[in-house]
Amino acid sequence: METVCAIEMRNITKRFGSVTANDHINFRLNRGEILALLGENGSGKTTLMNMLSGIYFPDEGEIFVNGKPVSIRSPKDAYDNGIGMIHQHYKLVDVFTAAENIVLGLHESGRLDIKAVNEKVRAICEKYGFDIDPTQKIYDMSVSQKQTVEIVKVLYRGADILILDEPTAVLTPQETEKLFSILRSMKADGKAIVIITHKLHEVMELSDRVAVLRKGASIGTVATCETSPQALTDMMVGHAVTLNIQRPQYEHPEKRLELQGITCFDAEGVKKLDDVSFTAMGGEILGIAGIAGSGQKELLEAIAGLYPVASGSIRYSPAGREPSDLVGKTPMQIKKAGVAMAFVPEDRLGMGLVGSMGMTGNMMLRSWRKGKGAFVNSRDPNELARQVWKELDVVTPSTEFPVRRMSGGNVQKVLVGREIASAPSVLMTAYAVRGLDINTSYTIYNLLTEQKMKGVAVIFVGEDLDVLLELCDRILVLCGGKVSGVVDGRTASKEEIGLLMTRVGGKEAE
Amino acid sequence: MNPETKTPLVRLAKREAMEPWKAWCIRIGSILLALVLGGLLIAALGKNPLAAYGTILDGSLGRASALRQTAKIAIPLLGTALAIAPCFKMRFWNIGAEGQITAGAIAASYFALFWVDKVPSALLLVIMGLSGALAGGLWALIPAFFKARWNTNETLFTLMMNYIIIGVVRWLQGGPWEGRPGSQIIPQFDSAACLPKVFGVHCGWIIVLILVVFIYIYMRYTKHGYEIAVIGDSVNTARYAGMNVGRVIMRTMFLSGAISGLVGFIVASGADNTLHDGVAAGVGFTAITVAWLAQLNPFAMIAISGMLAILSKGADTLHTRMDVPASISDIITGMLLFCMLGCEFFINYRLIFRGGKSSPEAPDGKEAVKHA
Repeated sequence: METVCAIEMRNITKRFGSVTANDHINFRLNRGEILALLGENGSGKTTLMNMLSGIYFPDEGEIFVNGKPVSIRSPKDAYDNGIGMIHQHYKLVDVFTAAENIVLGLHESGRLDIKAVNEKVRAICEKYGFDIDPTQKIYDMSVSQKQTVEIVKVLYRGADILILDEPTAVLTPQETEKLFSILRSMKADGKAIVIITHKLHEVMELSDRVAVLRKGASIGTVATCETSPQALTDMMVGHAVTLNIQRPQYEHPEKRLELQGITCFDAEGVKKLDDVSFTAMGGEILGIAGIAGSGQKELLEAIAGLYPVASGSIRYSPAGREPSDLVGKTPMQIKKAGVAMAFVPEDRLGMGLVGSMGMTGNMMLRSWRKGKGAFVNSRDPNELARQVWKELDVVTPSTEFPVRRMSGGNVQKVLVGREIASAPSVLMTAYAVRGLDINTSYTIYNLLTEQKMKGVAVIFVGEDLDVLLELCDRILVLCGGKVSGVVDGRTASKEEIGLLMTRVGGKEAE
Repeated sequence: MNPETKTPLVRLAKREAMEPWKAWCIRIGSILLALVLGGLLIAALGKNPLAAYGTILDGSLGRASALRQTAKIAIPLLGTALAIAPCFKMRFWNIGAEGQITAGAIAASYFALFWVDKVPSALLLVIMGLSGALAGGLWALIPAFFKARWNTNETLFTLMMNYIIIGVVRWLQGGPWEGRPGSQIIPQFDSAACLPKVFGVHCGWIIVLILVVFIYIYMRYTKHGYEIAVIGDSVNTARYAGMNVGRVIMRTMFLSGAISGLVGFIVASGADNTLHDGVAAGVGFTAITVAWLAQLNPFAMIAISGMLAILSKGADTLHTRMDVPASISDIITGMLLFCMLGCEFFINYRLIFRGGKSSPEAPDGKEAVKHA
């Protein structure tokens, strides 16, 4: 088949301050193909695509659409060239209907005929097999439906070049499968599709060609049928890494944390956790899986004393001492009761760290109250900061450099390093490796396993099922604030967990 | 460059941290720019700008008496800027310093008017100072309590509190504390209730300079200061670290109000020697500018409040000696503030113009060959 070039980018460079996000990148996309743009986090994938969608303007280089040089200065220019991007974070107005969101920002002359819009939206949906109702409000929609609206929005504007930024991050395996079949039918329709991802199995399953970026430079483009996950990983990381996570067995696991019927409501009175019961053992990593927003955040915060618990009990049994109930205690009371709990929250800079302070100030967050008198002791935190800096290879000019200006991986190292240094008996982490490259992720996995082998009860909230299955001893699945199942990490399959995530397994579907 | 591809005329790019000396060059440059603009304005009025600036400096710093007047203007500005600094660091927008000053002045005035015969002068002044601080602190505690308990909007709350307390002073002036009936004026304090002078200026200047050091240490080295900084950055992080956010808010507001109250005492006892409804005279608002321009650094606040005092005092002289309207000085002050705040933008961002260095010209052509 003859290939027709849809987009060509030549020598594209984009710098942010002293950081070069894209360094003389050449990129080519053909009509009627799905191209996977693969790279670790921070390798410049999204930046490159944002220059096609009019969010950024390149510092150097040229862009050709259908062989003609173009200048894309705004999202409108992008649409005029038939380019549409579906961003990782959806940009929809909650109180509008699907159709209203789709026409939002279009400058069509005359009155807005919403009925005609609804019809046109329905026609697009039928053509590609989308399942949305144009008159439904966004706040009533599931994450996958919102994504569909974003895709239809782009198609409605006549885009024939689609860019999807990590579209599967928030989808269940079943929803992912559906999305893939839609993308394939669009491909058959002659559209050019770029999918940004760092999930290898999706690349292998879906794409025709793979373009790999590493540290802002293009490493190469290969045909998917001629490559393998291992080869792609090597291109992505630069050297071969083994995909195996070590999972040693701890000899004497003992009961550490026992939750009984925990129920929580948010400020609006919506039930966030519904009768959650489980036991976390010392010497084991308990994984928590679930679609984003199934109550993971609330669960960890409730244990840490940061989220109000309406009913239920959280019994903490320290090694060789009387158990105590943590419900109704503030974080300080929990600490004073002798509970050595470490918590790596999802929102690193918004909850776990102080962005404007350096490593020293952030180490102090755990020890600021220590010592008599009115003054803080900054010597010990500074020593700890230096220790973490050295042991975890944090890249920072000094211990006083604001953590907000560090890269995501280093920020996480500071946070995890501090929490582990507190010698916890319970260690909770939420999305500990989100946004981290493979090497840093493995550093974190090893640190967690090390803690487990010290007899710590580790609770690991994760989103990548492959990782959960390789790292965790047991996996608890949450769905809509309820426990939909607990499976053995060594024997369970991904499909099994995927079904539990949508509560199809055993119980009736929603 | 291809004729069909056009880059935007001006683009913004965020800078990496600028070297401090460069940043200071920009800041000094912005002050010079404001002075040039102000000079053009004076020239437009048919006066000699250089002579006018000379008059401002001479009128505010030239003679000992002028210098003392300038110091008197700077003292409450500096004191109040110090008072609001901890609140602003905590991102609690206390714009009620005006009222807290007034509350402090009322309490101090009570003892000045009615206890003057009961205790010796030194003790009276101590009582006045303490009661002023306590009153200012309690007055500030009200919005802080509502914020901590029900998360009310502190900006509106503190602002409204100003008008209430100024109303109270008006009532005292015309009612219970009125001196000669019908005068609407509270009598002058007995000399025993007035702050003694050191180097010809009431000793309030010593108090505020001590406060500069105190606030600097408090914010930088104490547990309280650490709590304030963490809360200012992220309330959730503070909760995560086990801080009692509500209590810190109330404690910090009490401290802030107490310092403002102390300033109220200094103004009433040291400068005005009486109480009137204009005791705060807008200082509570100007101090916000001082605190921001100094980026909450107590030592920088000395310079900023001094500069504003020089302009303010110099304007009076300009008016009397050169017949330049006093409002011109306000305009120059406004330009100065505009340029100084505006220059922070250029410290944080740089502008890239079309056809500038980074457009794809010759050197990239070579690069392209290398890559091909």
